Amino acid sequence: MANLTINGKSYTLDVEPDTPLLWAIRENAGLTGTKYGCGIAQCGACTVHLDGTAVRSCGITVSEAVGKQITTIEGLASDNGLHKVQQAWLENDVPQCGYCQSGMIMAVAALLKDNPKPSDQDINDAITNICRCGTFAQVREAIHAAANA
Amino acid sequence: MNQHVTPRLNRRSFVVGAAALGGGLALGLDIPFGGPQIVRAADGSPEVNAWVVIRPDDTVVIRIARSEMGQGSLTGLAQLVAEELACDWSKVTTEYPTPGQNVARKRVWGDFSTGGSRGIRSSQDYVRKGGAAARMMLIQAAADEWKVPVAECTAANSVISHKASGKTTTYGKVAEAAAKLTPPADVKLKDPKDWTLIGKGVKRLDTADKVTGAMMYGADVTLPNMLNAAIKDCPVTGGKLKSYDEAKIAGMKGVKKVVAIDGTAVAVVADTWWHAKTALDALPIVWDEGENAKVSSASIGKWLAEGLESGPAYVGNENGDAKAALASAVKKVEAVYNYPYQNHATMEPMNATAVYTADRCEVWCGTQNGEAAFAAVLEASGLPAEKCEVHKLILGGGFGRRGQTDYVRQAVKIAKELPGTPVKLIWSREEDMTHGRYHPITQCKLTGGFDADNNLTALHMRISGQSILFSLRPEALVNGKDPATFQGLASSGEATIGYSVPNLLIEHSMRNPHINPGFWRGVNVNQNAIYLECFMDELAAAAGQDPLEFRRKLMSKNPKHLAVLNAVAEKIGWGSAPPEGVYRGLAQLHGYGSYVAGAAEISVIDGTKIKVHRIVASTDPGYVVNPAQVERQIAGSFVYGLSALFYGGCTVRDGRIEQTNFDSYNSMRIAEMPKVEAIMVPSGGFWGGVGEPTIGVAAPAVLNAYFAATGKRIRSVPLRDQNITFA
Ligand code: FES
Ligand code: FES
Repeated sequence: MANLTINGKSYTLDVEPDTPLLWAIRENAGLTGTKYGCGIAQCGACTVHLDGTAVRSCGITVSEAVGKQITTIEGLASDNGLHKVQQAWLENDVPQCGYCQSGMIMAVAALLKDNPKPSDQDINDAITNICRCGTFAQVREAIHAAANA
Repeated sequence: MNQHVTPRLNRRSFVVGAAALGGGLALGLDIPFGGPQIVRAADGSPEVNAWVVIRPDDTVVIRIARSEMGQGSLTGLAQLVAEELACDWSKVTTEYPTPGQNVARKRVWGDFSTGGSRGIRSSQDYVRKGGAAARMMLIQAAADEWKVPVAECTAANSVISHKASGKTTTYGKVAEAAAKLTPPADVKLKDPKDWTLIGKGVKRLDTADKVTGAMMYGADVTLPNMLNAAIKDCPVTGGKLKSYDEAKIAGMKGVKKVVAIDGTAVAVVADTWWHAKTALDALPIVWDEGENAKVSSASIGKWLAEGLESGPAYVGNENGDAKAALASAVKKVEAVYNYPYQNHATMEPMNATAVYTADRCEVWCGTQNGEAAFAAVLEASGLPAEKCEVHKLILGGGFGRRGQTDYVRQAVKIAKELPGTPVKLIWSREEDMTHGRYHPITQCKLTGGFDADNNLTALHMRISGQSILFSLRPEALVNGKDPATFQGLASSGEATIGYSVPNLLIEHSMRNPHINPGFWRGVNVNQNAIYLECFMDELAAAAGQDPLEFRRKLMSKNPKHLAVLNAVAEKIGWGSAPPEGVYRGLAQLHGYGSYVAGAAEISVIDGTKIKVHRIVASTDPGYVVNPAQVERQIAGSFVYGLSALFYGGCTVRDGRIEQTNFDSYNSMRIAEMPKVEAIMVPSGGFWGGVGEPTIGVAAPAVLNAYFAATGKRIRSVPLRDQNITFA
């Protein structure tokens, strides 16, 4: 059993402490917006926020997340509507298949929190998610759009 | 609100929906439109015809038979229907008919398969007619109600008007009446010059759920009481499962069952996928790997190299006498190239969810071929068509991989062991990387001959290697030979060579290693464009001529090929000096019915680090349905193609694929993305594909630019084998 706080809500999950956070989120908490792509912290599809910092949830265990604020793609929007990154993604028609985009959006949201007006180089350094469909041009455009929103 | 409707997961509502479709639907393919009896969608709204459902609130539901995997054809196909329907685009939503419904209704929606860049081009005609027929019926219904001649009524934006009386109504109000009408026998399509929606870069219809995490992919399917499965198939294709020691994982948390499948694979079923995978990793398994375990990349390479020199070969394109002309050539150039296996590595690994009982089997999955998936369900379940169903979901990438149904079959076989319990099978990334349907491996020897005036008089290309059709569609072989291997090199058809050489011989020596080949985005143009376009560059250099001018001289009989090449040359500024330290390369090809070209600008650091600054791409696909999506497909194809060129390549050791995840089979990141400038020059009169053709020009354009920068030819993919990487 583990107590996790996900998107401001507390969950008591029947899960071993060494379970990767990704699978606790997807299977035990039932939040499937966070995706499995590699399981070895390479692709970024599983990116969530841990106390506001972007982490690859396949690479950390449930026990490491206990007591921290976990935010998933489902918790990014507020009562006032979509997060500005989601909004920019909509307006720039970013996703192709979309499977990488939850992780991409979470990584970008964390970047903009720390660095509200990132340069192209900042983006290159911070955003290392894989997108097999190749949406990078729209991702970059949308990051700048969100930064200026 | 435009939103694709994902299939319902509640089984009862599906059954009700299917029952509502009812019997008596004797609609043949030749009259693919509605009949006198109203057919209703699951929510009770009337079908005007099979393609168009209109709800009382004026929402237009357009049925999409082809699969959406990111390529955008769901939106493009809806544009085609909506153009003729003259409906309000903002009220359009889409849904997939199911493969089971297609069978029950005598394939009223035609072909579901989505590959070969055919999604739009091979259904554009009948889906547009579907939209046009629905519009005619809606107008007729309004005219009938108003008792005015139908010719006096017009429709636009989902509103029908009768000018003389000033009457207006909406599609939603007359849909019930329209659905009862006999479909028109004669349907005339708009002249392309009158299109207002086709050709517009409208936004995709499936984006909203993709930015909130709400989009449900196959891997996200959750059904009541569902269990989860992880699987390991024999690492050596052709090998068998010998034994496994179930006792070793007995009592591991969550484990429900261990299932052997087809004598080659073993799956663990557990409460969660993580438990299933953990137990599977702990399960001792003994494989009987068989003879194929002796095969390696080196042994395959040697076998293919022999095929370059000897043994039978299939002639794919020939004119004049290339061998004689080469024998008498004043100057000869020769080179050998190769292209490796590649994994599709769709972002979402293979998966399917199945529930089986003795009288019903249903599957939820992403598939590029709903009908093939349906056939796999029938075969694996042993149940007849009326007792089976496949619910298609939006795919987390396809690229050709999800045209195969191996994962669907496995899911059904596992579910059969647990009757009544839904089971979701997800492949680990490792399983996905090592059990792919790989881009085929080939080598190619090219020889060119010149006369005393440096005119190219002969070209001989001999390709040795794997045939996809031999493995996947043997019925498409011609006398045992594979014509598809000449994609981009043929004398006629949708993938022709753009050069006229007086003496030409292009042949294929088929050698099929045990590794399963598959259709991998771009298919055979990936290697053929590298072979031909890099060698053209070699020939130009040998003749002391500019690569563009050299090509142009050979292309006068192929104006469409030439036009796209000229377009990129002009835009990149060929002929004017590039910026300091920047070098350029060109390539062109014809594939999937479209003419495409690319021009790259790169710089090279220390001979080993390549910065791709910019690629200008042009395409003539006949018609452009959605330029915004075409632009994205071009850029996306470059990411896929350049990832394969720089980082890809699957190697074989002890009969198995060595690369197991993105750490050993890497993919481009945003930092490596060049600026892509797309030029669309649709010349009309034909329909070409979009998703694939441009992938072929990225690699040769970059390789030719590398030669311009360094004077060195690279004839082997991937570049990581030569310690060359992105700067
Ligand atoms: S699934 Fe976590 S980084 Fe790929
Ligand atoms: S949108 Fe498909 S992987 Fe990124």
